[in-house]
Amino acid sequence: MRLRPALSLALLVAVLVGAAPTAVATASIAGRTTLATRGDDPETVKVTGKLVNRDDTGSTPVGGGRVTVTDASGAEHVATSRPDGGFSVEVPFEAGPISIKLDEGSLPRGVTLREGSRNPITRTISGTLPLTVTFVLGKGDRRTMSWADQVPQSLFNGLYFGLIISLGALGLSLIFGTTRLTNFAHGEMVTFGALVTYGLNVAGIDIWPAGLLAALLAAVFGFAQDRFFWRPIRRRGTGVLAMMIISIGVQFILRNVYQFFTGGRTETYRQYTTPEGHQLGPITYSVRDVVCVAIALVLVLGVTIALKRTRLGRATRAVADNAALAATTGIDVNRVITTVWAVGALLAATCGMLLGFSQAVKFDLGALQLLVMFAAITVGGLGSVWGAVLGSLLVGTLIEMSTLVIPSELKMAAALFLLVGVLLFRPQGLLGRAQRIG
Amino acid sequence: MDILTSALRAGFSVDAAYFCLAAIGLNVQFGYAGLINFGQAGFLAVGAYGFAVGSVSLGLPFSAAIGLGLLCSVALGLVLGLPTLRLRADYLAIATIAAAEVLRLFFGAAFQDVFHGRDGISGFSAAFQAANPFDHPFLGYRPSDLWVMTVGWGLVVIVSVFVWSIMRGPWGRVLKAIREDEEAVRSLGKNVYAFKMQALAIGGLIGALGGFVVALGQNSVQPDNFSFDLTFIVCTMLVLGGAARIMGPVIGAVVFWAFLSLVGGVLDALTAGQDPTIPAWLMTGDQIGTIRFVLVGVALVLLMIYRPQGIFGNRKEMALHA
Repeated sequence: MRLRPALSLALLVAVLVGAAPTAVATASIAGRTTLATRGDDPETVKVTGKLVNRDDTGSTPVGGGRVTVTDASGAEHVATSRPDGGFSVEVPFEAGPISIKLDEGSLPRGVTLREGSRNPITRTISGTLPLTVTFVLGKGDRRTMSWADQVPQSLFNGLYFGLIISLGALGLSLIFGTTRLTNFAHGEMVTFGALVTYGLNVAGIDIWPAGLLAALLAAVFGFAQDRFFWRPIRRRGTGVLAMMIISIGVQFILRNVYQFFTGGRTETYRQYTTPEGHQLGPITYSVRDVVCVAIALVLVLGVTIALKRTRLGRATRAVADNAALAATTGIDVNRVITTVWAVGALLAATCGMLLGFSQAVKFDLGALQLLVMFAAITVGGLGSVWGAVLGSLLVGTLIEMSTLVIPSELKMAAALFLLVGVLLFRPQGLLGRAQRIG
Repeated sequence: MDILTSALRAGFSVDAAYFCLAAIGLNVQFGYAGLINFGQAGFLAVGAYGFAVGSVSLGLPFSAAIGLGLLCSVALGLVLGLPTLRLRADYLAIATIAAAEVLRLFFGAAFQDVFHGRDGISGFSAAFQAANPFDHPFLGYRPSDLWVMTVGWGLVVIVSVFVWSIMRGPWGRVLKAIREDEEAVRSLGKNVYAFKMQALAIGGLIGALGGFVVALGQNSVQPDNFSFDLTFIVCTMLVLGGAARIMGPVIGAVVFWAFLSLVGGVLDALTAGQDPTIPAWLMTGDQIGTIRFVLVGVALVLLMIYRPQGIFGNRKEMALHA
């Protein structure tokens, strides 16, 4: 196995702390109709684009970047960006997919593709509309540190990631607790938060009100999803396992609808993508991270206290404990469940909104975190509220710390090993009640 | 007419054949034993990669490489089943989906000199194609595809007969009884755990056969062939055809691929040309793929709600118990 601790850390720092400026490379592919009017050979397609550094302060062109376009027949065409960042190359028009690859080695020193962004990008030429592809770049931090020096930063990154994931895991756990449904479509609510925030932010709304609005919209979405979809299904008497398969269908529908509207592009928010880093001992952090942690903490504590203290919270715990018994004491079980869905969706969307700062905003942002959330709630104990939070912190830390020893593409494997280990030795999870679960 | 013929051709293509094998495997696990395996893609992946690594890196002969692939899929079944089969069904679902995803990441990132990352392994089907009796294209299929299709659908027939024979015997009856009421079977002195494990391994073995067919059909294996979408499609096909029926996965696969191609063809015709029927601001040709999959998702949801037994199944057998 190839071990690359130095590079993994570099990506980590760039992604999670965001201490480096972000560059967005945009390339548009103009179809042949446009070219025909310009008198060029109508049987070719011109791929044009620009490599620019776009961040809070402005944009700087990136020159000397090499872009390779592979046409449908497999032939390669290379273009190099001029000092103003622009590049252009003509490829023969042929129906079928073409792929556009950004040569990372050609980028200026220290600039790398951001983790999770696709390279090469494959597109099908339709011949009528210009296509746009985007490579999300982040300035690579190629500091070489000793293994021990990386531990505190990894620990910080892991706890930060775990805390944000715990928002999603909490909603998943609450929905499981009250309905016994393992909701495979929960990741799509996470994506919803990031995509709506991105859309509002691009439309000119400041990122924090945009995130708040996205969370509220998600609550409406969650409410509607239960009221008009899941509640009628429950009323039909559909079994829990059948509902689990239905939730997979819902996941597939939502993910593809997101892809339909975003076209598989990788985006970043317009603000705070590159906050200034501060140093605290061996740890680099930014004010944005502190705000994100504060938002997550307030929500986690708010929900757990509400579950203990408020009337609705006690009703929720009663339904989770025994729905039939709760109903006989006069609790409107369906109303409780619908509220839980709304709150779960709100938490998930906030999770997605916060994740959008450090990860590529994309149609599958949440789907990629579903596995992490599942691992977190299983490790913590299915249905346990504090278990979901504890599990998220553990899994998040393990995932980030594991990049010190294994390639960062494999960091999800760490979550699985913890999951399998817990299932073997303590299947009810760390904070789950020991009961028959087999 | 073109759209209809290409839909028919898609219904019997190499893709349909390997998805069909994957669905037959899932049918043993899910349809008969009631085990929710959301990681069927993982079984195909280890089968295909076991075979590919065996042929290319280890230089094994064809049959030995196939054997290695089968061994790997049984091993995956044991590794997954050991911690989860004693637990409630949703634990198996979570563990299998996680394992399949990790396997995909693993093949794409680890041991790059063996697995070659996301480019995958290729160039191992020469021995297989050397035995190809077809030398002319037929019905628009290439000779190499015809050979893979013959083997693929041949395997479908053999495996279906095998599943039919084991399911009508005492072993199959115990399996169905476990699906209906585990406690009752245990009280009769049967080792429920062992039966479940055998069902998981046999289903995985059949899935690995599907992995061989896709590897030979494409002459390459790539990690992204085995994403969660594969498992999802296999699951939809099985529910469409009818779980716990011998012909369920077969009919499901053919109908699914023909339908998918039909929808693609119709949408293609509606979005093509200078002045398409569906305006370009609403939908363009390269969005057909996502729309098709939205429709697949809708089909699965509606089937599960209104006709969980699919085309052939028996509703009572699909009343899933938690």
